[in-house]
Amino acid sequence: MPCLLYDGKGLVKTIRFKNPSYVGDPINAIKIFNEKEVDELILIDINASKEKRKINISKIADFAGECFMPFAYGGGVKTVSEFYELYKNGVEKVIVNSLIFENPGVIKEAVAKYGSQAVVACVDFKKNLFGKKQVYSFTGHSVKYSPTDFVKYLEQDLGVGELFLQNIDAEGTWDGFDYEFVKQMVDYTSLPLIASGGAGSTDHLKKVLYESGANAAALGSMAVYSKKAMGVLINFPKRDDVIKE
Amino acid sequence: MLLIIDYGLGNLVSVKNMFKKLGIEAVISDKINKIENASKLILPGVGSFDNGMNLIREKGLLEILNKKVLIEKTPILGICLGMQLLTKSSEEGKEKGLGWIDADTVKFNFNDKALKIPHMGWNYVQVKKENKLINSNGKHRFYFVHSYYVKCHNPSDIIATCNYGNDFTCILNHENIYGAQFHPEKSLKFGMEVLSNFSKL
Repeated sequence: MPCLLYDGKGLVKTIRFKNPSYVGDPINAIKIFNEKEVDELILIDINASKEKRKINISKIADFAGECFMPFAYGGGVKTVSEFYELYKNGVEKVIVNSLIFENPGVIKEAVAKYGSQAVVACVDFKKNLFGKKQVYSFTGHSVKYSPTDFVKYLEQDLGVGELFLQNIDAEGTWDGFDYEFVKQMVDYTSLPLIASGGAGSTDHLKKVLYESGANAAALGSMAVYSKKAMGVLINFPKRDDVIKE
Repeated sequence: MLLIIDYGLGNLVSVKNMFKKLGIEAVISDKINKIENASKLILPGVGSFDNGMNLIREKGLLEILNKKVLIEKTPILGICLGMQLLTKSSEEGKEKGLGWIDADTVKFNFNDKALKIPHMGWNYVQVKKENKLINSNGKHRFYFVHSYYVKCHNPSDIIATCNYGNDFTCILNHENIYGAQFHPEKSLKFGMEVLSNFSKL
């Protein structure tokens, strides 16, 4: 599934969460993904929480209005009423990240009201200075829990229905997923898991889906560029190219 | 005019968006006089069975819906929970359903621990019977999110089935009454085809 990054104005693509470059208009991209028959679309406003910007429901409703597949939105969602507004306007799943740290009670309430299937937790991880994998918050600080304890907390205490596991070190690199870490997390949790960060080829996708056992793989650069370091081209691998032989 | 019944549940806007894309006018309403004049009805729904039935009753829609569907034979399509509400009862709750279809709604019950509930995701379906809603040739896949499914007592009502732990009915039809367990409004061209076919009935 494609994962589009939005900066409040247009679509951007980052490398390791940095250096955003403009890649186009969301509505146009969503229309193309309808044609490409993607399973689901993820759109993340990467600046909303950092800029303490309120989410623009009518804008997101416009995106949802063009999205004829399940639509997951993340970025800057802070209140239960915002969850409600998003669902009402055609968003199937809300992705939370900063809210996990700021106000987890809101997540619990949203899960109780709208069901766990409608709430996805985004888990950002990277290697620390000692080469150990750690979860990082949106402010760039490492989380005191181990990745497994953090996932356990999301699953059991907050009750989210799905995990979006994002490898900061690989994001935008086209170098492949962290297959081993994804597998560890898949083995650890019973939640469906979307692997993100590093997709660069259909082989990468097959490996993370069939060897690591991820339920889905998110494509960032691969969905918006024609090739690494090349021009913008809204793009998606054919279904048959990633289906298990 | 095609009317999407607003009884307080379900992703009405997405259904309307897809009709808009198809160039078909659809209105969202809970007004009895508008329902009265509708040529086709959509009963969407996300949430629990009892809540759905209680809301239909609280809004005073039961009588007009019975009249439209059972007497005037207006085509109606129940989507997801909306399909389950067409049945007589559900293991999810205590309330009686609309009871328009000889069927009951039951919970997934299988031993395969690898299969999670709710059933969420894309699945291919098998068309069992020639019908106006879906072409019996070709492959169709749809997006599902549900923990309960409809068990038809009358096999001739079953139009298509899907497998998740066991086979279950994912499209039903009895006279003017249709149900889809998946979300056509989120199933790309496959869902568009179903909604377009329904609009042409």
